[in-house]
Amino acid sequence: MRRLARLWTEWTIAVHFLREGRAQTAMIMTGVAVGVAVIVFVSALIEGLQANIIERTLGTQAHIRLLPPDEINHLVPVPPGTVQLVQEDKRAQRLRSINNWQQVTATLDLLPLLTAVSPVVSGPAFARRGSAFESVALLGIDVERYQQIIPLHNYMLAGQLRVGAGDALIGKLLADDLGLRVGDKLRLETGVPSDAVVNIAGIFQLGVRELDARYVYLDLKQAQSLLNLPGGVTVIDLRVADIFTADTIAARIARLTSLKAESWIETNAQLVSALTAQSMSTIMIIVFVALSVSFGIASVLSVSVVQRTREIGILRATGATRRQILRVFLIQGAVFGLLGSVLGIAVSYALLWVFNTYGPKLFYIPVSGTLVLLSMLLATLTGVVAAAVPSRRAANLDPVVAIRYA
Amino acid sequence: MPDLSQDVLRLSALRKSYNIGLPNEMEVLHGINLEIGRTDFAALIGPSGSGKSTLLNVIGLLDKPTSGELYLLGQPTSAMDDEGRTALRGHAIGFVFQFHHLMQAFSAIDNVLMPLMLAQGRPGPKAIAHARALLAAVGLEKYANTKPNQLSGGQQQRVAIARALITEPALLLADEPTGNLDTHTAEEVFGLFRRFNREFGCAVLLVTHDPRLSSACDRTINLVDGAIVSDALNKSPP
Repeated sequence: MRRLARLWTEWTIAVHFLREGRAQTAMIMTGVAVGVAVIVFVSALIEGLQANIIERTLGTQAHIRLLPPDEINHLVPVPPGTVQLVQEDKRAQRLRSINNWQQVTATLDLLPLLTAVSPVVSGPAFARRGSAFESVALLGIDVERYQQIIPLHNYMLAGQLRVGAGDALIGKLLADDLGLRVGDKLRLETGVPSDAVVNIAGIFQLGVRELDARYVYLDLKQAQSLLNLPGGVTVIDLRVADIFTADTIAARIARLTSLKAESWIETNAQLVSALTAQSMSTIMIIVFVALSVSFGIASVLSVSVVQRTREIGILRATGATRRQILRVFLIQGAVFGLLGSVLGIAVSYALLWVFNTYGPKLFYIPVSGTLVLLSMLLATLTGVVAAAVPSRRAANLDPVVAIRYA
Repeated sequence: MPDLSQDVLRLSALRKSYNIGLPNEMEVLHGINLEIGRTDFAALIGPSGSGKSTLLNVIGLLDKPTSGELYLLGQPTSAMDDEGRTALRGHAIGFVFQFHHLMQAFSAIDNVLMPLMLAQGRPGPKAIAHARALLAAVGLEKYANTKPNQLSGGQQQRVAIARALITEPALLLADEPTGNLDTHTAEEVFGLFRRFNREFGCAVLLVTHDPRLSSACDRTINLVDGAIVSDALNKSPP
């Protein structure tokens, strides 16, 4: 309490100094504000852009896919001390069901890390209409569960979101290629002797060319029988709360279930590395802007120390300690940073509003409160750090010399 | 209660050199011995370059002696660190400089309160009342909220005197306090020193070039080339 009461004095002196040097104060505040505005705007822009890209990418795929482990050749063990030369052909991976997938799904449902669990059976097929045919991917889904992974209802173009009892959903490109409309019939051939003719219940457009040309959604049971995997599923799709920990969660679940787990981070490695590079360049921009702002603050305060040499001498003669002088100038640095950042945040809000309202409207940039608080904190700290050198010089002035300074 | 039997200030064999260790090393004060009593009103005179200001700065703990000891209120000061010296200076010594040296950003009353603010933080109502009383004592009660640049030279110097007295110091040091003022104003300001010496019982040590001022003091200390050549009570104190 006493310390705080004493800080009041340093605060008062600092504020009086700032008010007296109005023009200087205004200029450096503007400098800090511009710097902070750039930092906040660029950060928000990149954050928004990345969120948008990730949302688009993950909108049509699961965060983690669980697959049955690859089949490998089991070699007959040989007695120790025997040299074994093996010529091995890798095995072809046939379509197999995940063992005990019902129990696995039930267990995964209990994990709080996961927000959705959806067993899917998927395999290749030909879609034929008349003499035209296309290769497609059959996906047998439980609609309710699958909707939590990919919200299909958002992507429906025509018809109803309905599978089961001979109904199927197909992508827009496939529909175009085969000239299909809602209500038409489509023959699906899978190589096993059980072809099926399905009714097109709806047409979707996921926005990804490959998927719109190949995906055919069916009821789980019908797909199982078409793919000759009665009662089986080939993939379990998962969704996690924190997408950037998907790879570590995937590793945990792989250990837990002894299944193969692929996270979106693995399957989209190029995208992730592009995003990382982008984040790096954002950080570079922030660091260099912060550096130039701090040099600005430091130089203004250095000039101020010279200008106020005599007043520093007076303060010392009237009982100010070195530490008090130090604090007077550190506070000025902090005020430059804090007020400048408040101003800068206001400016960046205006910029973002303009961007969101009149910009290309490709995506919306949200402004997070964390970013605002963080940049204020960063700017204030930068101010204090920048003030360190001039403050030390002020504190170490010899009062005898300072007071005679003309 | 201050111990009246003791000196406010005692210097023993005090020396001060500049540029120590350099070819242009120069001793400015050559072994000064000096005592200032509780209620002394002394003038320190001497030609330019005799070391008066250096002596005053050393006494005011703004500058450190090279050797010798300085006792302020009976305390030896040579071993003190900056914090200790600042604290002692803050409550034991009041400074008045030739060029008043007020803080231009602060009003008259805030300037007067500055030593208290630096020592204790935000001034309470008692401190503010004290500052007002001191401003009234120097005849400036109307100018409490005026900034220094709107006051005349004499008025500014009186604010500086009020500031020097706010901590009720035992010793008031003044470096040519009237050097920059016209004769009439100078006499008024000098009168204030005299009054505070009598009313508050604070010792005054006043550096001056003006023989009329020094003869109006009780005691004259004559410093020539860094040594005290004479130290005598004046014949006819007013």
